[in-house]
Amino acid sequence: MTQNKTIAALKAAFPKTVPILAGFLFLGMTYGIYARVSGLSPWFPIAMSVLVFAGSMEFVAVELLLGAFHPLLALGMTLMINARHLFYGLSMLDKYRGTGWRKLYLIFGMCDESFSVNCSAVIPEGIDRHHFMFFVTLLNQCYWITGATLGALLGSLVTFSTEGIDFVMTAMFAVIFLEGWLKESSHTSSLLGLGVTLLCRVLFGVDAFLLVAMPVILILLLLRGYRDNWQGGEAV
Amino acid sequence: MTLTQQIVTVAIIALGTMLTRFLPFLLFPANKQTPRPIQYLGRVLPAAVFGLLVIYCLKNVSLLGGSHGLPELIAIAAVVSLHLWKRQMLLSVAGGTVLYMVLVQLIF
Repeated sequence: MTQNKTIAALKAAFPKTVPILAGFLFLGMTYGIYARVSGLSPWFPIAMSVLVFAGSMEFVAVELLLGAFHPLLALGMTLMINARHLFYGLSMLDKYRGTGWRKLYLIFGMCDESFSVNCSAVIPEGIDRHHFMFFVTLLNQCYWITGATLGALLGSLVTFSTEGIDFVMTAMFAVIFLEGWLKESSHTSSLLGLGVTLLCRVLFGVDAFLLVAMPVILILLLLRGYRDNWQGGEAV
Repeated sequence: MTLTQQIVTVAIIALGTMLTRFLPFLLFPANKQTPRPIQYLGRVLPAAVFGLLVIYCLKNVSLLGGSHGLPELIAIAAVVSLHLWKRQMLLSVAGGTVLYMVLVQLIF
């Protein structure tokens, strides 16, 4: 691989990631500040931005790290929240084929945003596809690490009261939920997620409700899928 | 949680995340057809998970005591309105969070 080809791929990849640059710097900084003012050492948000690189899960991880030690809950939450990656992977089986040593990193760094760019971007003629996808993934992770690190380091310098900043996580999930709601043809799954979890919270209390809600949601979705012969669920 | 327990938790989260990312490439190396129940879950599960996460974020809200969940209700209404109006994720998230901070610090 010549150096020119690599630089050409980087130049083609960067413009596609600019919208993500803004989003990741903002959300990453908020995440870092949130982790800090919650009482975690700055190393936790920094390490997680490098090792986990899954925004939603990293926000939830702050909550988990502040609670009682519960490995099963941590694993269950991780698998549920990140289950969508399974389907990103299925869509990228062909595109990531033959990418050689870059494949490991392409899969490791497959967050929502990198997936959506690599899945949909029209790669200009003459640009090495594998290098392009690699740089999209790498640039996105660099933005996220930069944001999280800035937030983690500046978090201790914040002089105004940060009470209530944890609402950023609620707002973020509410927006993602609403986006899905506006696009979906049936609201059954959305309502099931809200309803079952709320009911479990009321019935089983704050410490146990997730461990009940997660399997119940999975079972109900599978029953419904079986009844409908695995049809439905497509976005509008 | 001790520091060791926190490190173990981070390791579990990192490994669990990697499992979800690498599994398809390990299970379906050739052009094998994905089982239909798996495809179905891929379409319907995300909506349910984000519903679960919204409730998870509100797990400590008490309707009977404190501020009765009013700041949360008002701020979520603002997030939804902002988002329906402008459809800009960062604006909706930032606007709702700032409003919530003002509400809990100055009013409730």
